[in-house]
Amino acid sequence: MAIKLDNSQTDLPVLKPFNYSPAGQPGDLQFSRWLAEVPPHGFIGLLLLACLWPVIAAAQSNFTTTQAFEALWRWMPFLLTKGFLLNVVVSFLTMLIGTIAGILLGLGQISPINWLRRSCWFITQLFRNSPWLVLLFIVMLAFPFEIQIGDTIIPIPDWMKAVFGLSLPIMANIAEVVRGGVQSVSTGQWEAAESLAYTRQQTLWMIILPQCFKRMIPPWMNWYAILTMATPLISLLGVEEIITLSRQAMESEDNHPELLMPFFGFSLVIFFIYCYPIARLTMKLEKRFNVKG
Amino acid sequence: MTTHNWTPDQPLISIRDVHKSFGDLEVLKGITLDVRQGEVICIIGPSGSGKSTLIRCINALNPINSGSIKVEGQEVNDPKLDKLALRKKVGMVFQQYNLFPHKTALENIMMAPVKVLNEPVDEVEQRARKLMKRVNLIGKEDAYPGELSGGQQQRVAIARSLAMNPDVILFDEVTAALDPETVNEVLLAIKDLAQDGMTCILVTHEMGFAREVADHIYFTDRGVIVEHGPPATFFTEASDPRTQEFLSQIL
Ligand SMILES: Nc1ncnc2c1ncn2[C@@H]1O[C@H](COP(=O)(O)OP(=O)(O)OP(=O)(O)O)[C@@H](O)[C@H]1O
Ligand SMILES: [Mg+2]
Repeated sequence: MAIKLDNSQTDLPVLKPFNYSPAGQPGDLQFSRWLAEVPPHGFIGLLLLACLWPVIAAAQSNFTTTQAFEALWRWMPFLLTKGFLLNVVVSFLTMLIGTIAGILLGLGQISPINWLRRSCWFITQLFRNSPWLVLLFIVMLAFPFEIQIGDTIIPIPDWMKAVFGLSLPIMANIAEVVRGGVQSVSTGQWEAAESLAYTRQQTLWMIILPQCFKRMIPPWMNWYAILTMATPLISLLGVEEIITLSRQAMESEDNHPELLMPFFGFSLVIFFIYCYPIARLTMKLEKRFNVKG
Repeated sequence: MTTHNWTPDQPLISIRDVHKSFGDLEVLKGITLDVRQGEVICIIGPSGSGKSTLIRCINALNPINSGSIKVEGQEVNDPKLDKLALRKKVGMVFQQYNLFPHKTALENIMMAPVKVLNEPVDEVEQRARKLMKRVNLIGKEDAYPGELSGGQQQRVAIARSLAMNPDVILFDEVTAALDPETVNEVLLAIKDLAQDGMTCILVTHEMGFAREVADHIYFTDRGVIVEHGPPATFFTEASDPRTQEFLSQIL
């Protein structure tokens, strides 16, 4: 209680109230919480059930579900090594760029410099509240497909542009995680450091960030899982990730409707297998840091 | 920096007609007081009267609107003020201790001298261990703040402030958040400092303590100093009805 009181007694810019959006709070791990609570057997059972659907719906067709699964089996290595791998690569690179840019943007939001704080806040809100697909299309169309540096022409592949496009909302959300983390440290810590003649930079790096670093990991991982699940969006831009390749594979198998469930179901399972442990770990870390913090 | 010809026979801190507002709320309405070197002054008064605000203005945690605060001749109300230089001279201890929870007691004490004053680590460590002894905390060097009682944390905070070798220390209700059993150990540590000649400005509700250690007591209400005097006369001869009412409630 008394700490709360102290909050109202300072002129530090960090303490200026921000418009908190419920989606932006670092402790908000809705996605991971939901995913971590799915029992794995339940999920797979549901999928198997769904695979029976074409058997009933298209019983008179001469293409059987068994054949569909055989086709999937043949395509599986290709889908994994060419398709899903790209999803993973895109998610890694996006997270890398988004995290670095997001940290800068988040720290910018607590800067004592007025115009910097305001513009960082604006950028964050802009990209955090825009539909991801719109951002993707804008980047796709606005970016040149090659850059010329001197005599060398560097082509920018579509998947690279997709990385930039996805980095924007990730950056904005990581910025919120960073800002929320920094602001979760009591203002008394800033004041104590200030009164000991620490500079602002020293206070931030030696006192504040070490205290909130751990608290920022679970929400950061939460955003990684959300991002990974969102990577199939880039198939709409023609990037050859798992969904694009699945469709191409089905096409070359004559587009039988029986293929639909096995192929897309496979993608679902793969994403689930990849993200489920992340979500579990996120919740575990969240619990641990909360107990200690 | 501006040259100031301060000599120890002048007041260490000289506050003249200080006004401070938060938005429309005027919290300090013309405060004037002097603190001489080695003096211990206590500021008392009802909640919300601006005591914390006043002492936070002295180390520039709060900027003032008008008036003058001079610390060793250096004007605090100056846009060109070197805040860091000021804060090296003025220590502060908070009601909520505000120790750095990710550092041990010893590290809490050592950090600022090492990182801010750039003093050699082993020298600082020696000094820090001596300070731990001085505040009666031998054996707690490697404990984290979370493992210490409130009274112990507050004594670490006092030692942390002392490690910077300040010329004056500001104490803002440093016993207000403590369990009654641990109040005394903290008061003893402060008393030890005061008797050692450290200049102290204490905001406190501990009247017995104020009477015992203070050289001068100031009573503030709604942003003005209503009454002040040495403890011998202050408690017995308070003439203003507001002071009398406050004292009758608290004593
Ligand atoms: N940062 C701030 N913004 C706005 N108002 C403030 C701020 N800090 C203090 N105030 C107000 O200024 C007034 C004086 O506060 P201050 O903390 O100095 O009182 P105090 O005498 O220390 O009281 P207490 O004994 O409760 O600590 C109060 O009305 C408080 O609400
Ligand atoms: Mg106060």
